[in-house]
Amino acid sequence: MAETAKLLGTKGSPYSHRAEVALRLKEANFEFLHEDLAHKSDMLLRYNPIHKKIPVLVHGEKSIVESLIVVEYVDEAFDGYAILPSDPYERAMARFWARYIDEKVIPAFWMSCWTDGEMQKGFIAQAKETLTTLEGQLKGKKFFGGDSIGFVDLAAGMVAFWFGILQEVAGINLLNEEDYPVLCRWADDYCSIEPVKESLLDRKLLVAHFASKKEKIFATKAPVYD
Amino acid sequence: MAEKEVKLFGNWASTYTLRVEWALKLKGIEYEYVNEDIPFNKSEELLRLNPVTKKIPVLVHNGKPLAESLVIIEYIDDTWTKGYSIMPKDPYDRAQARFWAKFADDKCMSAMYSVSTSSGEAQQKMLQEAREAFQILEQALGSKKFFGGDQIGYLDLAITLLAFWIPILEEIVSVSMVDNENAPLLKEWFTRILDVDMIKTSLPPRDKMYELSKQRREQFFSGQI
Repeated sequence: MAETAKLLGTKGSPYSHRAEVALRLKEANFEFLHEDLAHKSDMLLRYNPIHKKIPVLVHGEKSIVESLIVVEYVDEAFDGYAILPSDPYERAMARFWARYIDEKVIPAFWMSCWTDGEMQKGFIAQAKETLTTLEGQLKGKKFFGGDSIGFVDLAAGMVAFWFGILQEVAGINLLNEEDYPVLCRWADDYCSIEPVKESLLDRKLLVAHFASKKEKIFATKAPVYD
Repeated sequence: MAEKEVKLFGNWASTYTLRVEWALKLKGIEYEYVNEDIPFNKSEELLRLNPVTKKIPVLVHNGKPLAESLVIIEYIDDTWTKGYSIMPKDPYDRAQARFWAKFADDKCMSAMYSVSTSSGEAQQKMLQEAREAFQILEQALGSKKFFGGDQIGYLDLAITLLAFWIPILEEIVSVSMVDNENAPLLKEWFTRILDVDMIKTSLPPRDKMYELSKQRREQFFSGQI
């Protein structure tokens, strides 16, 4: 399809980031439409009536939602860069680890940031375990995808860029070079990749954003990714 | 060649295991089945094969293990490319199938669970949410015979466990989650899918599942689980 795709998202969202990087890797023709999540656009509500969330990819008249599903769609619908491996087993493993990141790594880290007392201790223990497991997957490779970034790297984008910011705002120190040297090296390498760099906000801006929302997040535990 | 090297670790009561079994059956793949005594008596082999989540189902093909039922189904479809087509071919249709499977797992399953583990006013609220979720899920079916169209596909395999569980839980809890008012087409599909030969002959006995569900619910309310 030669038509320009539209990506409804925000620069502050690691989920939107996944979709944006996928499109950039494919050198796809797309327009980034910045959503104000406090005042969701008619377009967002029309193309994602069920969840009303970003990212939303509009391609032709069709809309695709859920960040990892968008990435897989981009990989299948656009030519060029191979985001998922071609081998079925490697592809399945990539999907498994992307799920692990969404279901285990991210929630444990997020809750470690925004809880306190005994609850926080529990979450921190979980977060440490999941980070160790995730780091283990790098096993001597430059990226989760091998020599170049792939599906799991995109899924872990939040770890690479957002985790450091969140822990700074929350006042904890989970992901550090001493405890996770391989993961931190990967994070730096990931963030240096051109299409990734192009999609990331200035770090200071993101720190300021989360700092300003800190109390709200602490109270609701809900992310605020504008 | 590949066929003898397929082993599936599962559990008789696990509808997630069944998802994988149905995918294997649709492709005509022969496999060895190992029943795991979950949750307290998992085999060493299972824990070695899936040290990350330690859960079933786990598929082992040529010595390589895979976990997560929906991931396994896509793997089966990607690997045994001749024969029955489980996933749609078109990228958009595939994205839709994955979206609805996620919706069914994230919203419908958890709604179903919430209804059966709550009571009083909280349960009424959960029930309303569940009914809405199923009404939305029906959109994926529309007027088609199956979610996959004329033949069953990925989404049918993913969602059949709802067709099996909902009626059982409705009876135990005395509520109506899917009926002619909120999701008539989905309700019809429940009957249709459970009548498909491959599915009918492989589901665990309803009375056994009924008793197991009742037991688990009682354990939940008494704080045991």
